[in-house]
Amino acid sequence: MTTHPPRGSRATAPAAADSRVPAALSSVEAITAALASVGYIATRQISTAIYLAQHLRKPVLIEGPAGVGKTELAVSAAKCLGFPLLRLQCYEGLDDSKALYEWKYGKQLLYTQILKDKIGQLVGEKDSLRDAFGKLSGFQDLFFSRDFLEPRPLLQAMEQTTGSVLLIDEIDKSEEAFEALLLEVLADYQVTIPEIGTITAQVPPIVILTSNNTRELGDALKRRCLHLHIGYPDAALERDIVRARVPGLSDRLLQQMVAFVQGLRAENIRKPPSVAEAVDWARTLLLLHAATLDEALVRDTLNVLIKRESDIQVLDDRVLPLTKAALEGQKKGA
Amino acid sequence: MEQALNGFIRALRLAGVEASTAETIDAAHTLALVGYDSREALKASLGLVLAKSETEKSLHDEVFDRYFQVVQPAPPAAEGAADAEEGGQPPQGTTGDPQIDALMSLAASGDGQGGGGGAAASDQARAQVNRAATEAGADEIRFQTQTSYYVQRTLERLGIQALEGRLVDLLNQSSAQAQAEAQRLGAARDRLRRMVRAVIDQRYELYGRPATEQFLTEVALEKSLAQITNADMPRMRVAVARMAKRLAVKHSRRRRVQLRGQLDIRRTLRANAGRDGVPFDLVFRYKRRDKPRIVAVCDVSGSVSAHVRFLLLFLYAMNQTVTDLRTFAFSNALHDCAAPLERLPFEEAMAHILREYGGGGTDYGAAFERLEQDYWDTITRQTTVLILGDGRSNNTPPRLDLFREMADRAKRVVWLCTEAPPRWGTGDSYMLKYLPFCTHVSHVATVTDLERAVDEVLEAY
Repeated sequence: MTTHPPRGSRATAPAAADSRVPAALSSVEAITAALASVGYIATRQISTAIYLAQHLRKPVLIEGPAGVGKTELAVSAAKCLGFPLLRLQCYEGLDDSKALYEWKYGKQLLYTQILKDKIGQLVGEKDSLRDAFGKLSGFQDLFFSRDFLEPRPLLQAMEQTTGSVLLIDEIDKSEEAFEALLLEVLADYQVTIPEIGTITAQVPPIVILTSNNTRELGDALKRRCLHLHIGYPDAALERDIVRARVPGLSDRLLQQMVAFVQGLRAENIRKPPSVAEAVDWARTLLLLHAATLDEALVRDTLNVLIKRESDIQVLDDRVLPLTKAALEGQKKGA
Repeated sequence: MEQALNGFIRALRLAGVEASTAETIDAAHTLALVGYDSREALKASLGLVLAKSETEKSLHDEVFDRYFQVVQPAPPAAEGAADAEEGGQPPQGTTGDPQIDALMSLAASGDGQGGGGGAAASDQARAQVNRAATEAGADEIRFQTQTSYYVQRTLERLGIQALEGRLVDLLNQSSAQAQAEAQRLGAARDRLRRMVRAVIDQRYELYGRPATEQFLTEVALEKSLAQITNADMPRMRVAVARMAKRLAVKHSRRRRVQLRGQLDIRRTLRANAGRDGVPFDLVFRYKRRDKPRIVAVCDVSGSVSAHVRFLLLFLYAMNQTVTDLRTFAFSNALHDCAAPLERLPFEEAMAHILREYGGGGTDYGAAFERLEQDYWDTITRQTTVLILGDGRSNNTPPRLDLFREMADRAKRVVWLCTEAPPRWGTGDSYMLKYLPFCTHVSHVATVTDLERAVDEVLEAY
């Protein structure tokens, strides 16, 4: 970004991008394969969502319990497509200066100081205040130009020329006002800066928003997005996921542990283990060189799966039957 | 293509998925992109575009399966054998009338199991029947009893009269040939009728049932709570859950209120430290809104039990917004309802509460005494005390002194009275005595009244 034409003229039509769709995005199956190549096992729903996001130019809003791979999807998509990932983590109090852009006040002040003499010279030859002001106003845009603009994730995503993945993480943690701020970005892929004009995306990014549903999102936001719900996976899918993430685990143990985790989710506990915890547990078991599940092993490592003390207490007398069920299920399967 | 999508979206809306015009346009784009080739792909794609929550997703999948189902009338087993024989080969001997011939082949291909007809032919037949059904106005079907009417109208659209006329003619002749043809015509007519009936049944499931359901719910919401029958209950539960969700959304949004014009000096200095303390960015003070704290005190004597049920249904459906909720029930003695409500599913808990704590003469004074003795510290400056009851205390002392103290302690005291204002103060009613200490008193007769009352309570935070 060296030279900058005057305001408003950077608006380029986003349509030209079609010819440059990466091969990995050309079909739902291609997306599934590409995601699998970076270790993300996607269901048909998930791949379809990415496919539609690319071809309909719509952001994807992902909801679901914590730890089922919502954020990971964005990271994996960026990785397998070779796109840069721009991440905006939401929190209460997030505002436009953190999300969109900020003026570099320090630099502006510094430049004013340095250029003081120059300005003195310029203005010095003018006799009246009005003339001096007229002279200066010809330069006023200088300090509010792109050189003094600090792009934040949303603006950065608009400026990528190769395509990008924009991840807006945990949007439910931000305030309602921030949702409104996002609408322009999500609907038209553009950012309006009053001093400069409207900046339209060179190549519309793939936008992924995640929400843990701590608060209901506004209809306006939902309407602009594709809505993807990722729930807990079924046993077969979970086995694939754990296998992809923890390749060293033996098939026997894999089957047992997934059966156990699935059984655990059916129990009446506050925070059931999600995929992330299952993967952690698989790593733990691998580290302990476990060959098969048994009650003592499960008890020792349960705190990897269950993060609430009260849940562990509730499960105290359920560990044995659940372990047995997991082992038996496998025998039947074999 | 567009028409199929329109019908689908209409069915979705009736089922309760709020698909907007913008989403309809997106769906059309999706359809153009994905096409009809793969049913699963289309289902997944439309689900992403049209349904915007988990419940909407399951509704969408249900409607999708029903709407894009394969209409295949299964012939009864006895007839099946004869039909298969016939269906396979082209109709033997033409009748000479092209309209009847067309119907005969439609009936033959519609059954479609025979290898000869093939999937394409039966698809075509189905499309023809569907078109005729639409022309006959079957989308307007509201009640199941209208099914035969629409079946008949659709058959007429297809031109059944010619076939039936000929059938009557043939039946009047006695030659063997005529009888054989009559049999064939009769079988074809029955098959057609089955095909059409399947289509009309599908339309009823898609358009009629949800519309009727919606209408009945609207009526039930305006019905007096005392008159709600058991048949209404499942419907009411769904409706209350929906209303509660709406309220929860409305009240979970604004947690902070900015105090306009009051500068937060400390934070402003901090924010502008990088600029040598020159205040470029101003930070204003704001007030955090309290989370609602509600203490519900419910009279569970016979006359108001229906009201209690719905009030609690409301409050517990909002457990995400109203995190701090205490419930007490009393008739002559006051009990904490936390245990049964936590331990049991809602319906059983309600039954338990009404059975165990209900019965016996109502005594408001004793209830307030017990509240003071055991639970007084649940009532603080942030608490709204919600009292549900008719204010009839069987001439026991009303303990106005305690009531007044409670009103002083609490943020607000809201009385939801199940009796209409003209009856307040008559007989053993103490309503008029309690009235001056309440922040707000309203008469609740219907679920809509309850919604308004709860909304009003949350509004104060």
